Amino acid sequence: MTERLDEGVWQEVPSPFCGIASDDLTISVTGLKLSVTENGDPVTVKGFEAPISETAPRVDGQETSLAKAVQRIAELMRDSQQTVISGLATDLNGARAAMALADKGRATVDHMNSTGVFRNFLVLQDTGWMNTTLAEVKNRVDLLLVVGSDIEAGFPRFFERMVWPKDTLFGQDIESRDVIYLGKAPSGDASTSPKGKKAQVIRCDDADLPEVISVLRALINGRELQAEQVGGIAISALSDLAERLKAAKYSVVTWSAAMLDFDHAEATVQTLCEMVKDLNSETRSSGLPLGGKDGDTTVNQVAAWQSGYPVRTNFNRGYPDYDPYLSDSLRMLAEDEVDTLIWVSSFDIDRLPPNSSAKTVVLGRSGMSFEQEPAVFIPVGTPGVDHAGRAFRTDSVVSIPLRQLRDSGLPSTFEVLSAVEQVL
Amino acid sequence: MLMKLTGGRVYDPAQSVNNEVRDIYVREGRIVKAPSDGQYDQEVDVRGKVVMAGAIDMHTHIGGGKVNIARTMLPEDHAADVVARTELMRSGCGHAAPSTLTAGYRYAEMGYTAGFEPAILPINARQAHMEMHDTPIIDKGGYVMLGSDDYLLRMMAANDDQESINNYVAWTITHSQAIGVKVVNPGGINAFKFNQRKLDLDEKNSFYGVTPREILLRLARAVKELGIPHPLHVHGCNLGVPGNMNTTLDTITGIDGLPMHMTHIQFHSYGTEGDFKFSSGAAEIAEAINRNKNITVDVGQILFGQTVTASGDSMMQHAAHSHAHPNKWVTMDIECDAGCGVLPFKYKDQSYVNALQWMIGLETFLLVDDPWRIFLTTDHPNGAPFTSYPHLIRLLMDKTFRNETLSKLHPEAQKASHLASIDREYSLYEIAIMTRAGAAKLVGLADRGHLGVGGAADITVYTDDADREKMFSSPDYVFKDGRMVVEDGDLIDVTWGTTHVVKPEYDRSIEKSLKGYFDKYLTMKMGNFKISDDEIVDDGRGSLTIQPLHKGGPI
Repeated sequence: MTERLDEGVWQEVPSPFCGIASDDLTISVTGLKLSVTENGDPVTVKGFEAPISETAPRVDGQETSLAKAVQRIAELMRDSQQTVISGLATDLNGARAAMALADKGRATVDHMNSTGVFRNFLVLQDTGWMNTTLAEVKNRVDLLLVVGSDIEAGFPRFFERMVWPKDTLFGQDIESRDVIYLGKAPSGDASTSPKGKKAQVIRCDDADLPEVISVLRALINGRELQAEQVGGIAISALSDLAERLKAAKYSVVTWSAAMLDFDHAEATVQTLCEMVKDLNSETRSSGLPLGGKDGDTTVNQVAAWQSGYPVRTNFNRGYPDYDPYLSDSLRMLAEDEVDTLIWVSSFDIDRLPPNSSAKTVVLGRSGMSFEQEPAVFIPVGTPGVDHAGRAFRTDSVVSIPLRQLRDSGLPSTFEVLSAVEQVL
Repeated sequence: MLMKLTGGRVYDPAQSVNNEVRDIYVREGRIVKAPSDGQYDQEVDVRGKVVMAGAIDMHTHIGGGKVNIARTMLPEDHAADVVARTELMRSGCGHAAPSTLTAGYRYAEMGYTAGFEPAILPINARQAHMEMHDTPIIDKGGYVMLGSDDYLLRMMAANDDQESINNYVAWTITHSQAIGVKVVNPGGINAFKFNQRKLDLDEKNSFYGVTPREILLRLARAVKELGIPHPLHVHGCNLGVPGNMNTTLDTITGIDGLPMHMTHIQFHSYGTEGDFKFSSGAAEIAEAINRNKNITVDVGQILFGQTVTASGDSMMQHAAHSHAHPNKWVTMDIECDAGCGVLPFKYKDQSYVNALQWMIGLETFLLVDDPWRIFLTTDHPNGAPFTSYPHLIRLLMDKTFRNETLSKLHPEAQKASHLASIDREYSLYEIAIMTRAGAAKLVGLADRGHLGVGGAADITVYTDDADREKMFSSPDYVFKDGRMVVEDGDLIDVTWGTTHVVKPEYDRSIEKSLKGYFDKYLTMKMGNFKISDDEIVDDGRGSLTIQPLHKGGPI
């Protein structure tokens, strides 16, 4: 458990920012100022160290009390024909409160990362997958295939913690592990082994990935191809990759859906997941979707157990009504279907609401600056910094307990949204 | 405030009360003695009605990772049973993988006041408790899964002594906030990660050299020696495989007389006789259960229709994936801890195999003599959703109805079963044992499942009706901790039940080696793995009830 080592020094602090929920951070606290002193990375340092500025709620740009701001949100919801509660970068109890409010206020729920997340969910709901979790990767992976994703840019400590640990359970020499990138090349050296073995890169453009992955799956299944190259890659190179995947004892195929930014990337994710299933007819192989940032896993977990569905669900008719297309909040906002947007962004000051014609309420991390002042802005606490909480990491299995590290007095998203529900 | 339930026909097997007219008094959530002055504040007239303790589902998948995967992957199944919000209730969905809120409401509306999640992965226990926290009215708790976790298998491969294993089991149950220990396909989930595709009772894990039999013996002994009331909860080897009855019989005799609960026994009672090479082993299994008094079972009855199977048994779920209906499925390897598999499934009455599964379950119910050692489950949602319990009760209590249903099933399957010739009909008293007194005793709930003075006032009142399905679908009243939550079959109040746990003792020095293991091999710190009591209480709605241990000690 997160423990206070000395006055103002916390160790074993879990990060709600990084998606892989590193929980070995040491953080020192002086007043309201936090510094990550051990095991930080660009993502967690930014997350923990962002300073607090304003603490007072504003309505129409004027500072006011929390109670009045809450009243104003309830008024907006009462007058609304279509409220969207999105952003939803929050923790367990923030998500619970958002679902309760959406249910009562007949709103639509969505998340700021849904565009990427649904590239995976659409596959889960259509054909399923065979996936694994981080500790299995850490102890078992012998071949890591990274598809179309620059992992270290989004998950800086993934390789250090999961691919190049000092010890593994089954006596594997970690230098024997192979890392192969298909698509994008890595932006740094995190994927290079401790003794300097570099990842192999099989380059292609994102736009060619659907075809390349289809060919790879076909080769794994022993299909004969007439083509000699695909997406600029020689078929022989893909044949070699197919053979290595078949020969591996525990290959892991990973991707960050947010980085597969091309039309209908879900179809490519599906081909990957089916390819992993195919490999499992003889050997073991697993998928590992990387995500879990900004509370996206947490919110979808809560939405699923409370309503049966992930986000992109609306409660207009008094019951949960799931539609990943119609209830895509970005589409709804772009097409002026929304009159009130409640945007929750308690982790990252740079994740601002999309521009739209809707009256906008922001429950945001202190320090946000807006091009256009929202109708209501309430600075809220950050889970795991300003208040305790719980959050899921990328694999939807492990959740971490978050501790309050400082006493900023900022309300939690749970407190604010529950208060709105009370007065609605 | 003192409330009197006047003149009900009470069925309270824990006190050997069988259809006796009695008054019951309730104060502050508890059943109390009749007041000496005869005064009370409120009376509920239940004359002529059937009064039982609230029912307890001792094995129901209501919370945790695989259940939530099932929910997320089945939007089409929810769409047929969406539930609108009311003044009292949150919206949600029902059927195979209901939302937590709807699950709680529907259990209460059927007179159930507790449900136990049988497959809590230690590493996923926090999530299971989050979901159970959002499950209204009923009490809850769970059995923590061990037996495929690398920590235990390492200990066993190193031939660590029993006391070390007991410490580890006690530590795990304490910090995952569980009330029992479950093992799923002992060692098999782990073996699947090493690409083994089946694991018989005496087959070795290819890395550790440990067999399922040894795992069962070690864990059953740990549970007994720690004084954990709920016997080791066993989902055996070879689930669903024709011929697995022999493994099951070996498992029963192989446990050396230690207490063992064999769950969803129906899925483990298959022979290989006949043209279809699939036959009923229920008679032999029931005979073995009758003979071995250390064994308890729940049935895992299947009923026809669409459902979803969610199991920790990644190995056998993967082996069954071609049966997924609709054709989508998930398996996961999880955190050097366990795994899971989720397959939607449709049981068809005109399928020989499914029809015979239905018969095997009912044969088991009817051939096991002692209702204190057999429990009514569908392994929700694996055999059928829990909302089909009233139908199942009617099948057990009404031979005519049972045989009418049977006569419509696959004709070859009918010929392969003796079910039609079994005359037994369960009595109300036996139903009360299976679903109340016996279940509470089995789980280790000292203050539930009975109507004795001091017990929790979880009470269900029914109108006696020859149509048992109708009777058990819609109680007149349900009281949860003394509060009326259901009246005339409808929910009228929403409460939040408690979480039942046990806290067996362990030697704190075990944390030294556990901490090293977490630091080296896992991806979270040992301290962050532990679920605090505060997390169960959470926003104040939850609570923890620590149930008493039995006398343990070395065997």
